Amino acid sequence: MNTLVTIRDLRVAFDGVPALHGIDLDVGSGEALALVGESGCGKSVTWLAALGLLPSKAQVTGSVRLDGQEILHAPPARLDAIRGGRIAMIFQDPASSLNPVHRIGRQITEALRLHRGLTGEAAREEARRLLDRVGMPDARRRLQAYPHELSGGQNQRVMIAMALAGEPELLVADEPTTALDVTIQAQILDLLSEIRRDTGMALVLISHDLGVVAETCERVCVMYAGRIVEETAAQTLFAAPAHPYAAGLMAALPPMTGVRRRLAAIPGGVPEPWSMPRGCAFAPRCPLRGVACDAAVPPLATVAPGHRAACLRPQSQVAATGRLLVPA
Amino acid sequence: MVRFLGLRLARALLTLVLVVTFAFIVLRLSGDPALLIMSADAPPEAIAAFRQAWGLDDPVWQQYLRYFTAIFRGDLGQSMRDGRPAIELVAERVPATLALTLPALAMKIGLGIPAGIYAALHRNSFADRAVMLLAVAGFTVPSFVLGLLLVLVFAVQLGWLPSGGQDSWRHAILPVLTLGIGGAAVLARFTRSAMLEVLGQPYMRTALAKGVPWHVAVRRHALPNAAIPTVTIVGFMVGSLLAGAVVVESVFSWPGVGRLLVVAVANRDLAVVQCILLLVATTMVSANLIVDLLYGALDPRLRAQAKGANG
Ligand SMILES: Nc1ncnc2c1ncn2[C@@H]1O[C@H](COP(=O)(O)OP(=O)(O)OP(=O)(O)O)[C@@H](O)[C@H]1O
Ligand SMILES: [Mg+2]
Repeated sequence: MNTLVTIRDLRVAFDGVPALHGIDLDVGSGEALALVGESGCGKSVTWLAALGLLPSKAQVTGSVRLDGQEILHAPPARLDAIRGGRIAMIFQDPASSLNPVHRIGRQITEALRLHRGLTGEAAREEARRLLDRVGMPDARRRLQAYPHELSGGQNQRVMIAMALAGEPELLVADEPTTALDVTIQAQILDLLSEIRRDTGMALVLISHDLGVVAETCERVCVMYAGRIVEETAAQTLFAAPAHPYAAGLMAALPPMTGVRRRLAAIPGGVPEPWSMPRGCAFAPRCPLRGVACDAAVPPLATVAPGHRAACLRPQSQVAATGRLLVPA
Repeated sequence: MVRFLGLRLARALLTLVLVVTFAFIVLRLSGDPALLIMSADAPPEAIAAFRQAWGLDDPVWQQYLRYFTAIFRGDLGQSMRDGRPAIELVAERVPATLALTLPALAMKIGLGIPAGIYAALHRNSFADRAVMLLAVAGFTVPSFVLGLLLVLVFAVQLGWLPSGGQDSWRHAILPVLTLGIGGAAVLARFTRSAMLEVLGQPYMRTALAKGVPWHVAVRRHALPNAAIPTVTIVGFMVGSLLAGAVVVESVFSWPGVGRLLVVAVANRDLAVVQCILLLVATTMVSANLIVDLLYGALDPRLRAQAKGANG
């Protein structure tokens, strides 16, 4: 599997307050990668920064390469061709993500013209096919509809159709189902998986719902306070999380089957971006905190093949010494 | 749609009826036209005759009814001053007023909207701050102060332009500037905040994320949305084409509708005052109606509501 996107030491600050503290992330062609973490940890900012979509008050440094070519701070024309054409992105709230004054047909054909040069009847026909493809009932008539005439789930299907219009190699889906009903959520996730199977497109799924991630993605990156703290295969993360924060998230997860027990939420809160501790940002909430944890930020280090964690006392070692992290 | 329009029209008519009634009541309560027009020391017989001639002795409600039915026949009454039909007196003045307010409206739109858009697109830049500073100044300074200021500088000090009267197009420059600057300031501020609001909307990010170039996204996705609230203010300005120049016409002794109104009110020239009010109210109400229709054209969500109201 060759690497499609390589992010190195990506840092973002808003008016001098850092939000990302150096993200390293690779996305392989065709792979499904999840980015999980609590609200505000920097999942969206990572990809908005990579695509140059942050407001100008954001200072962005580091490197983002697409097929080896640097795209961070690339000239506007180059970015316009990449956005939607090679990397597409869809967002959390589909209703407000579509322009209320334009028909959805026009919003889809706009992308078709930009990236595939289709106009007129050809573009309309392709837009209809795309709407069909994302499971929109009565696609031809829907081209004439305005966003407010569709449901949330239907609008998200339109967003996906629009994203597919440029035949991108990577789709970044930023919490695509958070605003939707549970049954619709499952349908949209199935649709994304199905499209990925058919087209070989890579998928980055941003979510704070580990259940969503488990079903859709092969690899997971866990973020905490502007850093990646653990990166591994989805199964490994569920079976043996190494970072105490990831372990805490697992413990907070309702069981897939059987009786629901009370969720063991992680005590404490995320440190504010302007008063980050000098050492590990999770240390103040960590049951395994030691003196060394407060000295410096632990680097992302390999704990097993294909499994990295930014922790001085990764959980697998702890388990070996007989200490239990999370109370049942 | 038909019922939607019907409702709007009915509301517009009701507004007009209320304006006419209100004007009648206020003017009748505030003084006796006979005494004002005939000067107080006129012989009592003359005053009585005047009263009789104008029907001022009849009960107020009869006068009101008479006035009202006359309006429906298209008769707006005669000036008590010189006996000419009020509508004629007013119509004579309309071109003079429009000669000020139309260029001023063009200036407000042509200057205010682009300045507001530019300021929003270059938020926090030097240009943005400069535009906003000017806008706040133009917005808070009352028009008679601005008018006098312009007269002081351009007429008195520099002697470039006349300070009043209506002899040539040069006489119109200062009053038009006075009207236009304030309105352009209002419109610039309003357009800027409408644009800023729209630029921050998620659909703008969507447009950029699908590869639409920035200037195209502004034109195609931001402007049509920002136009919706801006139309309200422009509609209001169109509505005040006739009445918006009362102060400025007085400052520059410009013989327009506004000056006529001031004189007619002072003289209790009922028919003329009411004719002007009716005309002004009609312009405002029509402008409102047009704004409502434009809303429907600009915003599909409102179109849906209108359809809903239609049953
Ligand atoms: N436009 C912005 N201006 C200022 N700060 C911002 C901006 N966008 C994001 N931030 C800050 O950056 C940090 C990361 O935000 P981000 O939106 O990436 O979080 P997230 O992980 O996507 O959370 P969520 O799950 O709520 O979407 C937050 O602290 C947020 O306050
Ligand atoms: Mg987010």
